[in-house]
Amino acid sequence: MSVLRGIYRFVYDFIVGDDWKIAVAVVASLGVGAVLLAVDVSALVVLPVTGALVALVTGAALVVDVRRGRDTG
Amino acid sequence: MGGHAVWSLASATFVAAFVEFVEALTIVLAMALTRGWRSALAGTVTAVLALAAFTAVVGYALATFIPRTVLQLVVGVLLLIFGLQWLRKAVLRSAGLKARHDEAAAFAAQSAAARGAGQRRRLGLDWFGFVVSFKGVFLEGVEVVFIVVTFGLNAGDVPVAAAAAVAAGVVVASVGAAVSRPLSAVPENTLKYAVGLLLATYGTFWAVQGLGVFHGGASLAWPGGDWALPAILAGWYGWSRLLVAVLRRAARAGTAA
Repeated sequence: MSVLRGIYRFVYDFIVGDDWKIAVAVVASLGVGAVLLAVDVSALVVLPVTGALVALVTGAALVVDVRRGRDTG
Repeated sequence: MGGHAVWSLASATFVAAFVEFVEALTIVLAMALTRGWRSALAGTVTAVLALAAFTAVVGYALATFIPRTVLQLVVGVLLLIFGLQWLRKAVLRSAGLKARHDEAAAFAAQSAAARGAGQRRRLGLDWFGFVVSFKGVFLEGVEVVFIVVTFGLNAGDVPVAAAAAVAAGVVVASVGAAVSRPLSAVPENTLKYAVGLLLATYGTFWAVQGLGVFHGGASLAWPGGDWALPAILAGWYGWSRLLVAVLRRAARAGTAA
């Protein structure tokens, strides 16, 4: 069991890292991109919008963390 | 793949691998100089062999079983998360909100821990020196493997990515062996910032292309093809500088309050 826990912790630290909000922001933004494609929004719009969304959400999360004095690692 | 793309792939992989190898070298040197070279080198060689097996299995599985568009999406998402973690730390360091990484300080801390550890021998090796060297090389190496496999598979040229990483390893190991001290003169914080930008750029490019899996199955095409990469890189750089400025102001406001 401790081996499984060790593997889980390694994978979590490796992929999610110090700030889980980055992983959530990336997955959520790409989810929005997938939805836009599903409702037939042009790929030329979806590509930059999705990229910009990732930058906006992760940037906002970092600024909020610093303003609230949260431990930023 | 054109010459421009090959150089782009090779240089991105080289810089990323270089930074990881500098950190691994610090750990191995701390163990070698405090616990003995034999155990430190045995740990390093064992880790390199484990990494080679890991790379072969992961690379084969990804290349064989996963369709290209899904690969772009999965690998792009991982690279993007990975790159944004690096970029987040670089932004915090540039804004003065996080201590800069210092190989000399890391070396001193590792050496102090090694001197304080007990003497336990297994298989004729100092076990502490062996295990710490193994873990250091393996964990830093997994990040290199991840970058080599993802960059290599997506760019369709794993050998170039692998060769760039090996070259970085050879350079770091040679310089480390020659000077026998951590490479604290390397501008590591700047390199990490650059690697964060590169990983976020390629991650964005591939992850969004991979969204095509939800839209007919074929990869989406960025306007301008590969020429979108410099534009995305410029976007992430501008974003990071803007964040540094905003965070500096936020930190000053917090101090004044």
